[in-house]
Amino acid sequence: MGKVLMKGNEVIAEAAVHVGCKYFFGYPITPQSELVAYMARRLPEVGGIFLQAESEIAAINMVYGAASTGVRVMTSSSSPGFSLKQEGISYLVGAELPAVICNIVRGGPGLGNIQPAQSDYFQVTKGGGHGDYNIPVLAPASLQEIVELTEAAFDIADRYRTPVILMGDGMLGQMMEPVEFKERSEQEKTEKAWATTGTRGDGGPRIITSLELDAEGLEKRNWSLQQKFALIKENEVRYESYQTEDADYIMVAFGTVARITMNAINKARKNGIKVGLIRPISLWPFPEKPFIETRDQVKAYISVEMSAGQMIEDVRLAVNGHAPVDFYGRTGGVVPTQEEIYEKIITIAGGVSV
Amino acid sequence: MLEEIIIAGFGGQGVMSMGQLLAYAGMLEGKGVSWLPSYGPEQRGGTANCAVVISDEPVGSPLVTMPSTAIVLNNPSFDKFEPKVRPGGLLIINSSLVVRNSDRKDLKIIELTATDVANDLGNARVANMILLGAFLEQTKIVTEDSVIESLKKVLSEDKHHLLDINKQALKKGASLVKVAIS
Amino acid sequence: MTMKTVFKKTSGLTDKPTHYCPGCTHGIIHRMVAEVLEEMDILEDTIGVASVGCSVLSYEYFNCDMTQAAHGRAPAVATGVKRVLPNRFVFTYQGDGDLASIGISEVIHAAARGENITVIFVNNAIYGMTGGQMAPTTLIGQKTATTPFGRDASLQGSPIKVCEMIATLDGAAYIERVSSHDVPHIQKAKKAIRKAFKTQKKGLGFSMVEVLSTCPTNWGLDPAESLEWVKDSMVPVYPLGVYKNKEGGEN
Repeated sequence: MGKVLMKGNEVIAEAAVHVGCKYFFGYPITPQSELVAYMARRLPEVGGIFLQAESEIAAINMVYGAASTGVRVMTSSSSPGFSLKQEGISYLVGAELPAVICNIVRGGPGLGNIQPAQSDYFQVTKGGGHGDYNIPVLAPASLQEIVELTEAAFDIADRYRTPVILMGDGMLGQMMEPVEFKERSEQEKTEKAWATTGTRGDGGPRIITSLELDAEGLEKRNWSLQQKFALIKENEVRYESYQTEDADYIMVAFGTVARITMNAINKARKNGIKVGLIRPISLWPFPEKPFIETRDQVKAYISVEMSAGQMIEDVRLAVNGHAPVDFYGRTGGVVPTQEEIYEKIITIAGGVSV
Repeated sequence: MLEEIIIAGFGGQGVMSMGQLLAYAGMLEGKGVSWLPSYGPEQRGGTANCAVVISDEPVGSPLVTMPSTAIVLNNPSFDKFEPKVRPGGLLIINSSLVVRNSDRKDLKIIELTATDVANDLGNARVANMILLGAFLEQTKIVTEDSVIESLKKVLSEDKHHLLDINKQALKKGASLVKVAIS
Repeated sequence: MTMKTVFKKTSGLTDKPTHYCPGCTHGIIHRMVAEVLEEMDILEDTIGVASVGCSVLSYEYFNCDMTQAAHGRAPAVATGVKRVLPNRFVFTYQGDGDLASIGISEVIHAAARGENITVIFVNNAIYGMTGGQMAPTTLIGQKTATTPFGRDASLQGSPIKVCEMIATLDGAAYIERVSSHDVPHIQKAKKAIRKAFKTQKKGLGFSMVEVLSTCPTNWGLDPAESLEWVKDSMVPVYPLGVYKNKEGGEN
C-alpha cells in the first residue's frame, strides 16, 4: 500500500485497526469526532464492534469490560470528555488492563473551546485520576508518527498490562498529510492468561479487580505497580534531538508545537544562533537523558507549549538546576507562530532570563 | 522549494477541496505536503480557509501565518489575509466577488473574475479550479497532470462526469494568467 | 448403609464465607443466581460483573469469571464484555445505590440498547456499605443516616421505581420484581432469575430481576422484623410482578 492523504483523526483510527484493534467505544466531541465516525464505518469491515456510548464515562467502562476479555480496545475523546474518563482510567490501572485512550486536546479549563491546546499535560503525565500511578503517554508530531505510535501504544499496553494515552491536539487531528501503513515485520503477541472469558476449558475462575481492602495488601500491590512503572521508565522513553550537539540554546517542545518550533530554529540557525530542539515523544516517561547530556553545555532551555506552562516543570526536574529554563507559551487554543517563537529565541539569545 | 499557501473563501466555494487537491498532487510528485483546515469558530464570519504547505523537504510547521501565496475568494478573506502575505509573495483574487483593491506594492497580484468565467463555462462551482489553474501556471509548483490525477482520486465515482469541466476550468485559469502576464 | 444426599451446596458459589450481616438476604440471592447458572450448565460460560456497595466482594463468592466495575458502571462494563463475547453469559449484580443512583444512566442505556445481558438488582431501600444513607429507593418517611427525620418527598423526592421505568424501553426483554422475604417468594424469585438468563440465552435482549431485600443492620431491625418490613412496607411501594415479558409465556 502506497502513501495516502488522510486526516490525523482518521489516521489514528486506521492505525489502530491496522494493529488489530477491533473494538471501539466512544462518544462524539470536537475536535476528534472524525475518529469516532471513521471507526463506525471501518470496524464492521474487519468484523469488529463500534459502539457509541451514552457518555464518556460509559465508554471508558465499556473499554474496561472489553479489555478484561483480553482484546485490543480503544476509546478517544477531547479534554472535557477525557476528564470524564479519569475514573475509568484509574480503574484500568488498578485492575491492570491494557487499553489505548486517545486525547485530542482542546482549550480549557471547563468547556473552554475546540481549538488546539496542550493544557492537559499535567492531567496525562501526573496520573489524572485517583491513586498512585502513571500512564505511558505518547505524543506524535506528524501523521506518519501517529501510525508508528498508535502501534507502539497497543504493544506497550499489552506488554505491561496498562492503559496507554495517545495525545495530540486539534491541529494534529484535523490536518492532512501523506501516510503509509506498512506491513509490520513482527507482530507482537502477548499471552493474556489473566483474561476473564468464562472458565470452560481453562481452569478455575479468574477475577479482574482493583479492590484490595487490606492496607498492607494494597501497599504490596502498589509497590508491584511501581516496579512496573520503573520498568516502563527504563524501556519506553522516546524522544528526538534536533541540532543539539553544538547548541547554546535548546528549545523543548512536543507534538505539533515542536514542528512550528523547528521552523523557528531553522531560521535562527540561518542567522547564526546555535539553537536546537529536544522533542519528548513519550511525555511519561519523560526523557531525562537528553537533558543530562546537554545541561552542562547549554546556556538555557526554553520550553514552548500550548499551555500556561506545564511541561516546563518536567524540564526543570530534568535540568535539575544546571541551567536556566525559560518559557514561551500560548494558551486557550491560540497556536504559537514560528515568528513569535523566533522572536523569543532572539530575546533569550540576547539576554537570558530565569 | 517551500511554498506556504492559504486558500480562503466562503464555505461551499470549494476552498478546502482546492487545498486537498494541491496537497494530493504534491504527494503524487513525492513532495512533502500538509493540509490544515480552519475549524470551529474560526470559520464564522465568512472565512473558511486551509493552509497547504508543499516542500522539497518533509514539512515542518503545517501552520501558515505568513503565506507565500494567498488565494482569496471573498471580501472577508481578502481583509484577513491580504495583509499577511509575505513581501514578494503572490495574491490571487477572485475579483468577481472581491471588491477591494490591494495597495501593497511588494506583492505579485493576479485578479481574475473567476466566478464570471466559471458561469461562462456553465458551472459557477468551478471558480475554484480557475483560480487553482492560475496559481499552477504562475508557480509551477505541481503539474496540471498531477492535479487532474488527484481529482480522479478525490472525486467519488459518481462525480467523475465532472472531471471534464474541472479540467477545462484549470486550463482556462492557466490561459488567463498567461494573458495577464503578457 | 449409605447416606442419601438430600442437599448439596451449589457449585456456583465458592467456599469462601460471605461477609454479609446476619439477616441480610444477599446470601440467598447469590445462591439463587449461582444455582440457576449451575442448573442451566452455563457456569463455565459466564462472566459476572460485581458492582460497588455491600456486594462489591461478590466476585469472591461466585464461582465463575468475575470482573469488578466502578460504582454504577457495571452495565457499561458488562456491555464491553458481552460485545466481545456475544456467546457468553454476562450478568451484573448491583445494589440500589449503585444501580438506581450513580448508575441509573448506564442501566437505562444498556436496557435501551437491548444489551443481551442480565441485571440482578438488589433493592433494600438503603445504602448498606457506607452506613445506612438514603438511596433513591428509600421509602417516604424512612429514616436513614442522611434523612434523620424520615424521607420527605418535598425535600428528597420520591422513590424511583426502576422496573416500571425500564419496562418502558423497547430494548428491555424481561423485567420482573420479586422479593426475598419468605420461602414462596424466594422460589418465585429463582424462577424469575432463571427466566432472565433464559432470555439472554435466546438473545432476546436486556433482562433484569429486581429483588427486594433486607438490611437489618441499617434499618435497626432484627432479621425477622426485617423480613416483615419488606412484606409490609416495601412491597406496597414496589409491587411484585412481571413488568415486561417480550417473549410471553410463563417463567
